[in-house]
Amino acid sequence: MISRQHELHQRRFGRNLGVGLVLAAFIAVIFGLTVVKVTSDDFSVTNSGVQTGGSDGN
Amino acid sequence: MSDASINSTGLDGEAQFGDYFALLKPRVMTLVVFTACVGLLAAPVSLHPFVAFCAILFIAVGGGASGALNMWYDADIDAVMKRTAKRPIPAGKVTGQEALAIGLFLSGVSVMFLGLATNWLAAGLLAFTIFFYVIIYTMWLKRLTPQNIVIGGAAGAFPPMIGWAAATGSVSVEAVLMFCLTFMWTPPHFWALALFVRMDYDNATVPMLTVTHGRRATRNHILVYTILLAVLAIATGFTSVGGPVYLTVALVLNALFVKGAWEIWNRDEDQAEADRYLAERRFFKLSLYYLFAHFGAILVEAGLERFGVLA
Repeated sequence: MISRQHELHQRRFGRNLGVGLVLAAFIAVIFGLTVVKVTSDDFSVTNSGVQTGGSDGN
Repeated sequence: MSDASINSTGLDGEAQFGDYFALLKPRVMTLVVFTACVGLLAAPVSLHPFVAFCAILFIAVGGGASGALNMWYDADIDAVMKRTAKRPIPAGKVTGQEALAIGLFLSGVSVMFLGLATNWLAAGLLAFTIFFYVIIYTMWLKRLTPQNIVIGGAAGAFPPMIGWAAATGSVSVEAVLMFCLTFMWTPPHFWALALFVRMDYDNATVPMLTVTHGRRATRNHILVYTILLAVLAIATGFTSVGGPVYLTVALVLNALFVKGAWEIWNRDEDQAEADRYLAERRFFKLSLYYLFAHFGAILVEAGLERFGVLA
Protein backbone atom coordinates (compact mmCIF):
# COMPACT_ATOMS: atom_id res chain seq x y z
CA MET A 1 0.00 0.00 0.00
CA ILE A 2 1.28 3.44 -0.86
CA SER A 3 1.21 5.58 2.25
CA ARG A 4 3.00 8.67 1.04
CA GLN A 5 1.39 10.89 -1.57
CA HIS A 6 3.49 11.11 -4.69
CA GLU A 7 4.57 14.58 -5.75
CA LEU A 8 2.76 14.00 -9.03
CA HIS A 9 -0.59 13.80 -7.24
CA GLN A 10 0.00 17.11 -5.50
CA ARG A 11 1.06 18.70 -8.76
CA ARG A 12 -2.00 17.47 -10.61
CA PHE A 13 -4.51 17.94 -7.80
CA GLY A 14 -6.04 21.06 -9.36
CA ARG A 15 -6.43 19.43 -12.73
CA ASN A 16 -7.91 16.24 -11.31
CA LEU A 17 -10.31 18.19 -9.11
CA GLY A 18 -11.42 20.25 -12.11
CA VAL A 19 -12.04 17.16 -14.25
CA GLY A 20 -13.93 15.54 -11.37
CA LEU A 21 -16.17 18.57 -10.90
CA VAL A 22 -16.84 18.79 -14.65
CA LEU A 23 -17.83 15.10 -14.75
CA ALA A 24 -20.08 15.51 -11.70
CA ALA A 25 -21.71 18.57 -13.29
CA PHE A 26 -22.20 16.69 -16.54
CA ILE A 27 -23.94 13.83 -14.73
CA ALA A 28 -26.16 16.33 -12.90
CA VAL A 29 -27.06 18.05 -16.18
CA ILE A 30 -27.96 14.80 -17.94
CA PHE A 31 -29.92 13.60 -14.91
CA GLY A 32 -31.82 16.90 -14.72
CA LEU A 33 -32.50 16.82 -18.45
CA THR A 34 -33.83 13.27 -18.19
CA VAL A 35 -36.14 14.21 -15.31
CA VAL A 36 -37.46 17.24 -17.24
CA LYS A 37 -38.04 15.19 -20.40
CA VAL A 38 -39.69 12.28 -18.59
CA THR A 39 -41.99 14.51 -16.53
CA SER A 40 -42.98 16.76 -19.45
CA ASP A 41 -46.50 16.55 -20.88
CA ASP A 42 -45.11 15.48 -24.26
CA PHE A 43 -43.61 12.30 -22.86
CA SER A 44 -45.53 9.08 -23.41
CA VAL A 45 -44.88 5.35 -23.20
CA THR A 46 -46.42 3.13 -25.83
CA ASN A 47 -46.44 -0.61 -26.41
CA SER A 48 -43.87 -0.22 -29.14
CA GLY A 49 -41.46 1.58 -26.87
CA VAL A 50 -40.77 4.99 -25.40
CA GLN A 51 -41.65 8.06 -27.41
CA THR A 52 -41.25 11.73 -26.78
CA GLY A 53 -42.52 14.48 -29.01
CA GLY A 54 -43.93 17.99 -29.21
CA SER A 55 -43.01 21.42 -30.42
CA ASP A 56 -39.32 20.83 -29.83
CA GLY A 57 -39.31 18.00 -32.31
CA ASN A 58 -38.45 15.18 -29.92
CA MET B 1 -2.58 11.57 -21.38
CA SER B 2 -0.11 8.70 -21.66
CA ASP B 3 1.95 7.29 -18.83
CA ALA B 4 5.07 8.51 -20.58
CA SER B 5 3.98 12.04 -19.80
CA ILE B 6 4.36 11.38 -16.07
CA ASN B 7 8.10 11.48 -16.29
CA SER B 8 8.62 13.48 -19.41
CA THR B 9 5.89 15.62 -20.88
CA GLY B 10 8.15 17.45 -23.25
CA LEU B 11 6.35 20.59 -22.14
CA ASP B 12 7.64 23.62 -20.32
CA GLY B 13 5.23 23.35 -17.40
CA GLU B 14 2.49 21.21 -15.98
CA ALA B 15 -0.87 21.95 -17.54
CA GLN B 16 -3.49 23.01 -15.05
CA PHE B 17 -7.23 22.77 -15.48
CA GLY B 18 -7.31 26.43 -16.53
CA ASP B 19 -4.98 25.69 -19.44
CA TYR B 20 -7.42 23.15 -20.83
CA PHE B 21 -10.29 25.56 -20.25
CA ALA B 22 -8.36 28.25 -22.12
CA LEU B 23 -8.39 25.97 -25.19
CA LEU B 24 -12.13 26.66 -25.39
CA LYS B 25 -11.54 30.41 -25.91
CA PRO B 26 -13.72 31.53 -22.98
CA ARG B 27 -13.85 35.17 -24.13
CA VAL B 28 -15.27 34.16 -27.50
CA MET B 29 -17.58 31.81 -25.63
CA THR B 30 -19.19 34.72 -23.78
CA LEU B 31 -20.28 36.17 -27.12
CA VAL B 32 -21.53 32.74 -28.26
CA VAL B 33 -23.48 32.25 -25.02
CA PHE B 34 -24.97 35.74 -25.10
CA THR B 35 -26.07 35.71 -28.75
CA ALA B 36 -27.37 32.13 -28.50
CA CYS B 37 -29.34 33.18 -25.38
CA VAL B 38 -30.88 36.07 -27.28
CA GLY B 39 -31.79 33.82 -30.22
CA LEU B 40 -33.37 31.31 -27.87
CA LEU B 41 -35.24 33.82 -25.70
CA ALA B 42 -36.40 36.01 -28.59
CA ALA B 43 -38.03 33.01 -30.25
CA PRO B 44 -41.83 32.85 -29.99
CA VAL B 45 -41.69 29.34 -28.49
CA SER B 46 -40.75 28.90 -24.83
CA LEU B 47 -38.57 26.02 -23.73
CA HIS B 48 -38.52 24.57 -20.23
CA PRO B 49 -35.91 26.67 -18.35
CA PHE B 50 -33.67 23.69 -17.71
CA VAL B 51 -33.84 22.54 -21.33
CA ALA B 52 -33.01 26.11 -22.38
CA PHE B 53 -30.05 26.10 -19.99
CA CYS B 54 -28.84 22.79 -21.45
CA ALA B 55 -29.24 24.12 -24.99
CA ILE B 56 -27.09 27.18 -24.23
CA LEU B 57 -24.56 25.00 -22.40
CA PHE B 58 -24.17 22.61 -25.34
CA ILE B 59 -23.97 25.47 -27.85
CA ALA B 60 -21.23 27.01 -25.69
CA VAL B 61 -19.38 23.68 -25.45
CA GLY B 62 -19.65 23.28 -29.24
CA GLY B 63 -18.22 26.78 -29.69
CA GLY B 64 -15.44 25.92 -27.24
CA ALA B 65 -14.70 22.69 -29.09
CA SER B 66 -14.23 24.55 -32.35
CA GLY B 67 -11.91 26.96 -30.49
CA ALA B 68 -9.79 24.01 -29.30
CA LEU B 69 -9.62 22.59 -32.84
CA ASN B 70 -8.67 26.04 -34.13
CA MET B 71 -5.85 26.25 -31.57
CA TRP B 72 -4.66 22.76 -32.52
CA TYR B 73 -4.40 23.65 -36.21
CA ASP B 74 -3.14 27.22 -35.78
CA ALA B 75 -0.49 26.46 -33.14
CA ASP B 76 2.29 27.35 -35.60
CA ILE B 77 1.00 30.85 -36.35
CA ASP B 78 -0.18 31.43 -32.77
CA ALA B 79 3.43 30.95 -31.65
CA VAL B 80 4.73 33.88 -33.72
CA MET B 81 1.98 36.37 -32.87
CA LYS B 82 2.35 38.35 -29.65
CA ARG B 83 -1.43 38.38 -29.11
CA THR B 84 -1.67 34.56 -29.22
CA ALA B 85 1.79 33.39 -28.12
CA LYS B 86 0.55 32.73 -24.56
CA ARG B 87 -2.18 30.34 -25.67
CA PRO B 88 -1.81 26.88 -24.06
CA ILE B 89 -0.20 25.10 -27.03
CA PRO B 90 2.46 27.68 -28.04
CA ALA B 91 3.11 28.32 -24.34
CA GLY B 92 4.02 24.62 -24.01
CA LYS B 93 1.32 23.81 -21.47
CA VAL B 94 -0.85 21.55 -23.63
CA THR B 95 0.15 19.38 -26.59
CA GLY B 96 -1.51 19.70 -29.97
CA GLN B 97 -2.76 16.10 -29.74
CA GLU B 98 -4.48 16.86 -26.45
CA ALA B 99 -6.19 19.90 -27.96
CA LEU B 100 -7.28 17.84 -30.96
CA ALA B 101 -8.68 15.08 -28.75
CA ILE B 102 -10.52 17.55 -26.51
CA GLY B 103 -11.90 19.42 -29.53
CA LEU B 104 -13.17 16.28 -31.27
CA PHE B 105 -14.63 14.81 -28.09
CA LEU B 106 -16.45 17.99 -27.09
CA SER B 107 -17.71 18.50 -30.66
CA GLY B 108 -19.35 15.07 -30.61
CA VAL B 109 -20.75 15.46 -27.11
CA SER B 110 -22.16 18.95 -27.70
CA VAL B 111 -23.87 18.08 -31.01
CA MET B 112 -25.32 14.81 -29.73
CA PHE B 113 -26.66 16.26 -26.49
CA LEU B 114 -28.03 19.41 -28.13
CA GLY B 115 -29.96 17.10 -30.47
CA LEU B 116 -31.27 15.02 -27.56
CA ALA B 117 -32.11 18.07 -25.44
CA THR B 118 -33.84 20.11 -28.16
CA ASN B 119 -34.03 18.98 -31.79
CA TRP B 120 -31.79 17.73 -34.58
CA LEU B 121 -32.04 20.89 -36.68
CA ALA B 122 -30.29 22.84 -33.91
CA ALA B 123 -27.77 20.02 -33.52
CA GLY B 124 -27.17 19.97 -37.28
CA LEU B 125 -26.60 23.73 -37.30
CA LEU B 126 -24.12 23.39 -34.43
CA ALA B 127 -22.29 20.60 -36.28
CA PHE B 128 -22.20 22.73 -39.42
CA THR B 129 -20.87 25.71 -37.42
CA ILE B 130 -18.01 23.61 -36.03
CA PHE B 131 -17.31 22.19 -39.50
CA PHE B 132 -17.41 25.66 -41.06
CA TYR B 133 -15.13 27.25 -38.46
CA VAL B 134 -12.57 24.44 -38.35
CA ILE B 135 -12.49 23.10 -41.90
CA ILE B 136 -13.66 25.96 -44.13
CA TYR B 137 -12.21 28.87 -42.15
CA THR B 138 -9.26 27.60 -40.09
CA MET B 139 -7.86 24.91 -42.37
CA TRP B 140 -8.79 26.23 -45.78
CA LEU B 141 -9.44 29.92 -46.20
CA LYS B 142 -7.74 31.67 -43.28
CA ARG B 143 -4.30 31.28 -44.84
CA LEU B 144 -5.53 31.64 -48.40
CA THR B 145 -7.58 34.80 -48.79
CA PRO B 146 -7.62 38.32 -47.33
CA GLN B 147 -11.39 37.93 -47.05
CA ASN B 148 -10.73 35.35 -44.29
CA ILE B 149 -12.34 37.53 -41.65
CA VAL B 150 -15.54 37.90 -43.68
CA ILE B 151 -15.78 34.11 -44.07
CA GLY B 152 -14.81 33.38 -40.48
CA GLY B 153 -17.45 35.83 -39.33
CA ALA B 154 -20.14 33.50 -40.63
CA ALA B 155 -19.13 30.84 -38.10
CA GLY B 156 -19.43 33.33 -35.25
CA ALA B 157 -22.81 34.44 -36.54
CA PHE B 158 -24.53 31.06 -36.21
CA PRO B 159 -25.16 30.89 -32.41
CA PRO B 160 -28.31 33.09 -32.35
CA MET B 161 -29.68 31.04 -35.25
CA ILE B 162 -28.92 27.81 -33.34
CA GLY B 163 -30.60 29.26 -30.24
CA TRP B 164 -33.68 30.16 -32.29
CA ALA B 165 -33.73 26.71 -33.93
CA ALA B 166 -33.37 25.03 -30.52
CA ALA B 167 -36.54 26.78 -29.34
CA THR B 168 -38.67 26.64 -32.48
CA GLY B 169 -37.32 23.68 -34.44
CA SER B 170 -37.07 25.89 -37.53
CA VAL B 171 -35.09 28.78 -39.01
CA SER B 172 -37.03 31.94 -39.78
CA VAL B 173 -36.29 35.39 -41.14
CA GLU B 174 -35.67 36.73 -37.61
CA ALA B 175 -32.94 34.13 -37.08
CA VAL B 176 -31.39 35.05 -40.42
CA LEU B 177 -31.42 38.75 -39.48
CA MET B 178 -29.58 38.03 -36.22
CA PHE B 179 -27.09 35.96 -38.20
CA CYS B 180 -26.56 38.83 -40.66
CA LEU B 181 -26.04 41.33 -37.84
CA THR B 182 -23.08 39.40 -36.42
CA PHE B 183 -21.82 38.45 -39.88
CA MET B 184 -21.64 42.08 -41.06
CA TRP B 185 -20.24 43.29 -37.73
CA THR B 186 -17.23 40.94 -37.74
CA PRO B 187 -15.14 42.43 -40.61
CA PRO B 188 -14.95 46.05 -39.35
CA HIS B 189 -14.38 44.74 -35.80
CA PHE B 190 -11.38 42.60 -36.80
CA TRP B 191 -9.96 44.94 -39.43
CA ALA B 192 -9.80 47.70 -36.83
CA LEU B 193 -7.85 45.28 -34.64
CA ALA B 194 -5.62 44.33 -37.57
CA LEU B 195 -4.73 47.99 -38.11
CA PHE B 196 -3.09 48.31 -34.71
CA VAL B 197 -1.63 44.78 -34.46
CA ARG B 198 -0.48 44.62 -38.07
CA MET B 199 3.04 43.46 -37.29
CA ASP B 200 1.65 40.30 -35.72
CA TYR B 201 -0.13 39.25 -38.88
CA ASP B 202 2.91 40.15 -40.97
CA ASN B 203 5.05 37.82 -38.88
CA ALA B 204 2.54 35.00 -39.10
CA THR B 205 2.12 35.48 -42.87
CA VAL B 206 -1.65 35.38 -42.47
CA PRO B 207 -3.09 37.18 -45.51
CA MET B 208 -4.94 39.84 -43.55
CA LEU B 209 -6.27 42.67 -45.66
CA THR B 210 -3.71 44.99 -44.03
CA VAL B 211 -0.91 42.75 -45.28
CA THR B 212 -2.16 41.97 -48.79
CA HIS B 213 -3.85 45.23 -49.79
CA GLY B 214 -2.38 47.73 -47.36
CA ARG B 215 -3.84 49.93 -44.68
CA ARG B 216 -5.51 52.39 -47.04
CA ALA B 217 -7.61 49.58 -48.54
CA THR B 218 -8.39 48.28 -45.05
CA ARG B 219 -9.65 51.72 -44.00
CA ASN B 220 -11.85 51.81 -47.12
CA HIS B 221 -13.22 48.35 -46.37
CA ILE B 222 -14.00 49.30 -42.76
CA LEU B 223 -16.05 52.29 -43.91
CA VAL B 224 -17.97 50.36 -46.59
CA TYR B 225 -18.78 47.43 -44.28
CA THR B 226 -19.78 49.78 -41.46
CA ILE B 227 -22.22 51.64 -43.69
CA LEU B 228 -23.71 48.34 -44.91
CA LEU B 229 -23.92 47.14 -41.32
CA ALA B 230 -25.66 50.34 -40.22
CA VAL B 231 -28.28 49.97 -42.95
CA LEU B 232 -28.89 46.35 -41.97
CA ALA B 233 -28.95 47.05 -38.22
CA ILE B 234 -31.40 49.94 -38.52
CA ALA B 235 -33.59 48.09 -41.04
CA THR B 236 -33.80 45.20 -38.53
CA GLY B 237 -35.51 47.65 -36.20
CA PHE B 238 -38.55 47.64 -38.50
CA THR B 239 -38.91 43.85 -38.45
CA SER B 240 -40.53 41.58 -35.88
CA VAL B 241 -37.39 41.33 -33.71
CA GLY B 242 -37.08 45.11 -33.60
CA GLY B 243 -39.13 47.78 -31.89
CA PRO B 244 -38.75 51.21 -30.26
CA VAL B 245 -36.06 50.12 -27.78
CA TYR B 246 -34.01 48.34 -30.42
CA LEU B 247 -34.46 51.16 -32.90
CA THR B 248 -33.26 53.77 -30.40
CA VAL B 249 -30.18 51.69 -29.55
CA ALA B 250 -29.50 51.01 -33.25
CA LEU B 251 -29.80 54.66 -34.27
CA VAL B 252 -27.45 55.91 -31.55
CA LEU B 253 -24.83 53.17 -31.86
CA ASN B 254 -24.80 53.11 -35.64
CA ALA B 255 -24.36 56.89 -35.75
CA LEU B 256 -21.35 56.49 -33.43
CA PHE B 257 -20.06 53.49 -35.37
CA VAL B 258 -20.28 55.21 -38.76
CA LYS B 259 -18.63 58.29 -37.24
CA GLY B 260 -15.79 56.08 -35.96
CA ALA B 261 -15.39 54.39 -39.34
CA TRP B 262 -15.38 57.80 -41.03
CA GLU B 263 -12.58 58.97 -38.71
CA ILE B 264 -10.56 55.84 -39.51
CA TRP B 265 -11.13 56.35 -43.23
CA ASN B 266 -10.31 60.03 -43.06
CA ARG B 267 -6.79 59.69 -41.73
CA ASP B 268 -3.50 58.26 -42.92
CA GLU B 269 -0.80 56.19 -41.24
CA ASP B 270 1.22 59.18 -40.05
CA GLN B 271 -1.75 60.57 -38.17
CA ALA B 272 -2.59 57.11 -36.78
CA GLU B 273 0.95 56.51 -35.57
CA ALA B 274 1.12 59.98 -34.05
CA ASP B 275 -1.65 59.16 -31.58
CA ARG B 276 -0.84 55.43 -31.39
CA TYR B 277 -3.95 54.35 -33.34
CA LEU B 278 -6.32 56.04 -30.91
CA ALA B 279 -9.26 56.19 -33.37
CA GLU B 280 -8.78 52.55 -34.38
CA ARG B 281 -8.58 51.39 -30.76
CA ARG B 282 -11.65 53.46 -29.86
CA PHE B 283 -13.57 51.97 -32.82
CA PHE B 284 -12.57 48.44 -31.80
CA LYS B 285 -13.72 49.05 -28.22
CA LEU B 286 -17.01 50.52 -29.43
CA SER B 287 -17.55 47.48 -31.66
CA LEU B 288 -17.62 45.26 -28.56
CA TYR B 289 -20.38 47.33 -26.95
CA TYR B 290 -22.11 47.61 -30.33
CA LEU B 291 -22.93 43.92 -30.69
CA PHE B 292 -23.82 43.34 -27.05
CA ALA B 293 -26.13 46.38 -27.08
CA HIS B 294 -27.91 45.33 -30.26
CA PHE B 295 -28.55 41.80 -29.05
CA GLY B 296 -29.41 43.14 -25.61
CA ALA B 297 -32.03 45.39 -27.22
CA ILE B 298 -33.50 42.42 -29.14
CA LEU B 299 -33.74 40.60 -25.82
CA VAL B 300 -35.47 43.58 -24.17
CA GLU B 301 -37.94 43.80 -27.06
CA ALA B 302 -38.74 40.09 -26.71
CA GLY B 303 -39.17 40.50 -22.95
CA LEU B 304 -41.46 43.52 -23.33
CA GLU B 305 -43.58 41.68 -25.87
CA ARG B 306 -43.76 38.55 -23.74
CA PHE B 307 -44.93 40.53 -20.72
CA GLY B 308 -47.44 42.41 -22.84
CA VAL B 309 -45.82 45.84 -22.55
CA LEU B 310 -45.56 46.32 -26.32
CA ALA B 311 -48.35 43.98 -27.35
